[in-house]
Amino acid sequence: MKELLKKLTEAFGPSGEENKIREVILDEIKDYAEEVRVDALGNIIARKKGPGEKLMLAAHMDQIGLIVTNIDDKGFLRFSNIGGILPLTLFGERVVFENGTIGVIGIEKMDDLKDIRDIKLNKMYIDIGARDKEEAKKKVRIGDKAVFYEGFDVVGDFVTSKALDDRAGCAVLIKLLQEVKSPKYDTYFVFTVQEEVGVRGAKTSAYGIDPDLAIAVDVTMTGDTPEAGKMAVELGKGPAVKIMDRSVICHPKIKEMLIESAEKNNIPYQLEVLEMGGTDTGAIHLTREGVPSGCLSIPTRYIHTPSEMASMSDIENAVKLLIHVLEK
Amino acid sequence: MLLKELTEAFGVSGAEHEVRNILKREIESWAEYRTDALGNLIFKKPGPEKKPKVMLAAHMDEVGLMITSIGKNGWLKFDTVGGIDDRILVSKTVVIGPNKVKGVIGAKAIHLQEPKERETALKSKNLYIDIGAKDREDAEKLVKIGDFAAFDSKYEEMGDIVKAKALDDRVGCYVITEILKRNYDLALCGAFTVQEEIGMRGATVAAYALEPDIAIVLEGTFAADVPDTKEEGYSTTVGMGPAITLMDRTFIADRKLVDRVLQVAERNNIKCQLRRTAFGGTDAGKIHLTKEGIPTIVISVPCRYIHSPASLASMSDIQNTIALVDALIKDFQERGI
Repeated sequence: MKELLKKLTEAFGPSGEENKIREVILDEIKDYAEEVRVDALGNIIARKKGPGEKLMLAAHMDQIGLIVTNIDDKGFLRFSNIGGILPLTLFGERVVFENGTIGVIGIEKMDDLKDIRDIKLNKMYIDIGARDKEEAKKKVRIGDKAVFYEGFDVVGDFVTSKALDDRAGCAVLIKLLQEVKSPKYDTYFVFTVQEEVGVRGAKTSAYGIDPDLAIAVDVTMTGDTPEAGKMAVELGKGPAVKIMDRSVICHPKIKEMLIESAEKNNIPYQLEVLEMGGTDTGAIHLTREGVPSGCLSIPTRYIHTPSEMASMSDIENAVKLLIHVLEK
Repeated sequence: MLLKELTEAFGVSGAEHEVRNILKREIESWAEYRTDALGNLIFKKPGPEKKPKVMLAAHMDEVGLMITSIGKNGWLKFDTVGGIDDRILVSKTVVIGPNKVKGVIGAKAIHLQEPKERETALKSKNLYIDIGAKDREDAEKLVKIGDFAAFDSKYEEMGDIVKAKALDDRVGCYVITEILKRNYDLALCGAFTVQEEIGMRGATVAAYALEPDIAIVLEGTFAADVPDTKEEGYSTTVGMGPAITLMDRTFIADRKLVDRVLQVAERNNIKCQLRRTAFGGTDAGKIHLTKEGIPTIVISVPCRYIHSPASLASMSDIQNTIALVDALIKDFQERGI
C-alpha cells in the first residue's frame, strides 16, 4: 500500500493535465476492471459488474498546482494558481513541470514584506535558471503547469507527501478494485479530473454513469494539531464518515451503510463535519434527478501544502470498511 | 454596418430581445433558428450531417443596471447587472427600459463634497439616475421599477480601432454571423446566449439541448496593454490577433486542442495569441461540463476597457478571428476532432 501511495503521489497531475497520473492508475487497474473507459474530460471510469444497483465510487486524481501566464525577457515565469493555494505555502518552495523542469519560487522585494498578507501570487515568479526568454521557452511554454516538488516520506506512524489530496483516495479505490472478488453492486470506480477547480470531472462522469448511489473517497481536515480549529477528527483514529461539508449533506442511507460496515467489522471510524471545503460528492448528489451520496474521508493534516500528512492505518482501514460495503 | 448596429442595440442580461431580433434578421437566409425558453437564439445551419457536430456560441447580453426604486424627487436608484466597476459610472448617460428614456448618472458636485469624499471613488449605492423628472409621479410615467438600463454610447471608428459599448460580446455575435454566411461540408449549430454576464445561464441550457461533439465559444476578453500595467499583466494585446484561452476561473482548456488551434493559425498565416491570465469566465465554463462533457475551445477578440461605455477593439483582430474560426471548422471537417 505504501509503495502504491508513493507511486501515486509522485505522478504529475495538476487539474486539467492529468495524463501522467491517469497512465499510472490505468496500469494499476487494467488487470482487475471488466470495462475501462476515459470520458471527454479525462475521467477514468472502470467497472466491476455486480447484480445490484449501480454504485459510483469516486476519488479525484488531480492535484493543486500552478500555471504559467507569462515569460519575461530575463526568463522568469509569472503564474496563476490551479485550485486553492495559499501564497505563503509557495515561499521558498520548489516546483516541477511535467517535463521535469525544476523551478524555485521567488518573490519581489522580499526584504520589504511586513505582513503575511503582502505575499501575493502576482508578486511571485518561478525561476527555472534560464538566462533569458529564449532559453526559458525551450523548457516551458505559457500555459504549462507545475506542481509542488516534495516527495513521499514515512514519518513515525504517518506518511507525508504532496498530493495525498487525493491520491490517498485513488489508492483506496485501486486496492478495492484489486481485492473485491464479487461485488453486490454494479460498481463503477471513477478517478475524476478537475476536482480542485470546482468538482468538474465528477459532474460529467456522474451524468454519464447515472448511478443509484455514490460514495466519494477524499481527504478531510483534522483538529489535532497545536491551536487547531475545533474539529473532532484526528489522524490514526480511522477513516471519517462525512456528515456534511459546504457542498453536500450526506444521504442518511449512505452514512448508515458506512457506519454499519465499520461497527460490524470492528473497524475504527470517526464522524466528520467539515465547516469549509467540498468534494466530488457535492457534484454527484445533484446529478440528473439526484443521487443518494456520501463520502469516506482520510484525515489529513496540512492539506494543500507541499507536505500533507496522513496515517497509513486510516487509509488501510478505509479499504477494509469499503470492502465490507461492496463484497456480497 | 452590422457591428455598429449590434453594439448600439440594447441587451442587458435578461432583456436581450433587441439584439436577438437583429441576429434573427441577419442569419435567416443562412440558418434555421428558434428561441428557447430562456431566450437563447438557437440556430442550425444545414449541411451534411456528419461528425463532428460543431457548436458555436456567443452571448448577446451586456452588463448594465436595473432600476430598484424611484425616490420622491424622481431620482432612480439602481443596482448593477453583471460586473461593473462603480468608479466608471458617474456622469455617464444611460437609456432605460422599453421607452428608451435617457438618464444621467448623477452624484453630488465636487463643490459640495467634503475633502475626504473627494479622495474615495463613489459607490453605486451613492449614485442615482436623473431622468429630468419633476417628482416620483412624473418619473413613474416614464420608467418602472425593474426596468433595465444600458450605457448610451455610439459606435465609432478610429482607424483600425472600433469604439463601442458591449463589444463583449457583440463582437462574438458578429463573428458567428460572418461564419454562417460561408459554406462548409459540415452542419453547424450553435446559440446566441442570454445571461452570460450574471453566471453563464443561457449557455447551460443551450448546450444541454444541442449536445455537440465540440464547442467553439467566441468572446470579447479584456486586454490590459495599457500604461501602469507591466507586460506580465497584459493578458491579451490589442492588434495581436484572437486570443486562445488556456485557463480561467471556470474552465481549463485541453492543451492538445489549444495546440491544434495554434497549428491551424500558423498553417493559414493567421496572427493569434494566447490569453495570458487565469481570471474571468465565459460560457465555456458551463458548456464543457454539459452532460458527459464537451471538448471546448474559447477564442476571444481582445478588448480594452470592457464592461464600460467605451471599449476598444481592433478590426484586424476581428477579421483574424473570423479567419481562424473558418480555418478551424475546415480542419474539423477534414480531420475530425
